[in-house]
Amino acid sequence: MPVPMRRVLITGVGPVSGFGVGIDALWDGLCSGATAIRPIAAWDASGFISTVAATIAPEQLDIRAVVPKNYRKATKVMARDIEIAVAAAASAVQSAGLVTRGTAEGATPTIAPARMGCHIGAGLIPADSDELAAAMQSCQTADGSFDCGEWGRTGMNNLTPLWLLKYLPNMLACHVTIIHDCQGPSNTITCAEASGGLSIGESMRVIRRGDADACLSGGAESKVNYMGLLRQTFAQRLARVPVGGDGAAAVRPFDPTADGTVLGEGGGLLVLESAESATSRGAAAWAELRGFAATQCLCEDTVGADLSNAGDDIAAAVDGALQQAGVCADEVDAVVPMGSAIACVDAAEAHALRTIFGSRAASLPLITVAPQVGIVGAGTSALAACVAARCLREQRLPARLSTSGSKKLGVDADARGAIAASLRHVVVTTTGLGGQSAAMVLGRIA
Amino acid sequence: MNARRAADTERVVVTGMGWVTPLGHDLETVWSALMRGACGMAPITRFDARTFPTTFAAEVKDFDVRPFVRDIAMHANAGINSQFALGAAAQAWKQAHLHQSPPANARRVGIYLGAGEGVIDTMNYLAANIRSWDATKGRTDGAAWAKLGHSLLQAAREIEQEPNMPLAHIAREFNVRGPTSNCLTACAASTQAIGEACSILRGGEADVMIAGGAHTMIHVLGVTGFNRLTALSTSTGDPTKASRPFDMTRGGFVMGEGAGMLILETLAHARTRGAKPLAEVIGFGSSADSYRITDIEPEGRGAAAAMSQALAQAGIDPRARGSDGRPLVHYISAHGTGTKENDSIETVAVKRVFGDLAKEVPMSSVKSMLGHLIAAAGAVEFITCVLAIERGMLPPTINYSTPDPACDLDYVPNTPRASVVRTCLSNSFGFGGQNDTVCVTAFEG
Repeated sequence: MPVPMRRVLITGVGPVSGFGVGIDALWDGLCSGATAIRPIAAWDASGFISTVAATIAPEQLDIRAVVPKNYRKATKVMARDIEIAVAAAASAVQSAGLVTRGTAEGATPTIAPARMGCHIGAGLIPADSDELAAAMQSCQTADGSFDCGEWGRTGMNNLTPLWLLKYLPNMLACHVTIIHDCQGPSNTITCAEASGGLSIGESMRVIRRGDADACLSGGAESKVNYMGLLRQTFAQRLARVPVGGDGAAAVRPFDPTADGTVLGEGGGLLVLESAESATSRGAAAWAELRGFAATQCLCEDTVGADLSNAGDDIAAAVDGALQQAGVCADEVDAVVPMGSAIACVDAAEAHALRTIFGSRAASLPLITVAPQVGIVGAGTSALAACVAARCLREQRLPARLSTSGSKKLGVDADARGAIAASLRHVVVTTTGLGGQSAAMVLGRIA
Repeated sequence: MNARRAADTERVVVTGMGWVTPLGHDLETVWSALMRGACGMAPITRFDARTFPTTFAAEVKDFDVRPFVRDIAMHANAGINSQFALGAAAQAWKQAHLHQSPPANARRVGIYLGAGEGVIDTMNYLAANIRSWDATKGRTDGAAWAKLGHSLLQAAREIEQEPNMPLAHIAREFNVRGPTSNCLTACAASTQAIGEACSILRGGEADVMIAGGAHTMIHVLGVTGFNRLTALSTSTGDPTKASRPFDMTRGGFVMGEGAGMLILETLAHARTRGAKPLAEVIGFGSSADSYRITDIEPEGRGAAAAMSQALAQAGIDPRARGSDGRPLVHYISAHGTGTKENDSIETVAVKRVFGDLAKEVPMSSVKSMLGHLIAAAGAVEFITCVLAIERGMLPPTINYSTPDPACDLDYVPNTPRASVVRTCLSNSFGFGGQNDTVCVTAFEG
């Protein structure tokens, strides 16, 4: 006989976005109808088709203030993505009321370290151009090419010995597990925008099979750098926003005129916890993680940049998550889709929503955050899960911007202010470049 | 959970295996090379490494992906890592007879890879960075970089570097539409992928999983990164003697490249379609060191936790003997990188788990012959475990000559050994502190 599955609760949420660190900053920003998309100021982005992004301002995230004092030295080897993950972890742990080595060195941790897992979605982190270019200046030939021989002899010594460790995708989880002393199962999922959702699904499996009592789970990324912007341009995902252009207005999820997205920095980590553990410590959960499923799209281009035929695959992921949750489509009161305003992805998501929800799709509220916080790469679905959890707790839907013609796609995504709503279950679904779809069902805590 | 008592839907068996390695591109060639103690290392040919601290690696030689795929046009831009992945997966698919009767429901087939990122377009990428440097400001000129980046770099080549691309290619080739994922936990990735793939099968999310890894870091910035970390052997002698796991004179690992792929399925599914199980996966353990960014926890805490969890799940007591008087684990495929730190701490961890029996459990490192395939290492080493079970032979640790008091176990030095092998552990420990162990055993109906 199958053993009843352990229930998994969301007991902490730690989103990081252009609105800042933490759920309150994100929620207030989303509900106010503001946007965190602004001109890229840290470097000259005028040569890229998108000159805006939802970046995290320095005053919103001071990494040295986030980490324990004795860990400050390690911030020198943190790529931006790692900083975001570390900030998200601190926020999530605080939100869950957990004592860890990171919150109080020497105190008894709430969850035994061996029972605490960590699953973080991460992107392909490019080397810092300034650092690399500075190191290579002595290694160029007369025509400006790279002189490999000189690099091997002397140039590479200009890089700090730990250079590689800034950019390995698993260093997000490495730092987070060290700071919070998570010794349980740990993994790093690298499936583009689906990474955070797949990580949450994996944490759920790990907790259900009894290998951990709680996990820090989610994803984080910043593609707001030269290679990130260039690769997204090459994948034809970005809206054209020249210098002086209106970034938020350029991102119109599910509008027939949708023509690309804007990037953001961010993501989020959640504390997923077995119901037994949460109950025994009297933790108030944000939501229950009821079901999860993943599918793969077969794309004509093989690599999953063109996701126009992914609709059935997204529907299958949502359907699988609903089945696992034991929730029928009629019991879902809102959906957080990727809502990227990348036309082919919007069309596929709209197809999936019509497939699952039938005529209800036209009036089922979609929560579209991209015009406000951008698409945050590997952090996308984790940030979405944080929003969904807050919606369930507040029984409220945040504002939407930019879109006016979503009826034509048969969905409800037009701009409006924040509204009260009766929410039993919220579905979160994300489909990444590469064709992976991850869907989850969050339920209200009664 | 004792596998013997589990239902067929909760038992996971291996029905196909394939690899692309520095010693060949099919099971038999590579296995016979390992049984000869052959070594795949030679001077690096992928770029001019003559001035680098490390000038050699174990490269895959003479590999052509075309015979392995249905239509090369679908994979026209595939990076070398994706090509390795396709070659290995095609072998596994065929061994499992799935090429003759593919699964009826593509949604019940999934993929879990621990595959690495693709190879950067080195010369163009570095030229863009060099030429956009503004010496007066001491930083890169963004507008200049954008112009150079758009003109020098190519769309397909950039997209193909995403770490989930080997997965995308395999999905397309084999029509996979179920749950898929790619993890990248450095050197532990593909062992972790195998373990999590089993979890997906046991949870009923899929009937068949393609699991494994593919990777190469034999490129300018890859070798640079590991050279700066002083993790690579910088031997100036014969490259085939450079990887010396567990030997007193070991001086770092040697980079390898390639792919290893498995077909895993529930026993119930294998029985239904009449597939022959090659072995059964009965345990998986995963842990984080949570210690330091660069160093391994010196008592082997994380490694021991991974092994202990895998054994507990398998229902095996590491301190007990079987009816034949031997320990219940007959072989450990060591992580065994050949760095000072890894090999002595892995030894400590094995002793921590097996106690007084540790010296009776043979443990070898095929990295002495194949090099370190980074993300792909675990899957390739898992396959060596299954072949050891199947053929009753243990692959050796070559280049072992000077015992190290800190490494005092049985490392199967230099020559393969005949042995009745039923149950093995395969260890993989990654930079960053992820530790993974899989336990595999001979299949018994």
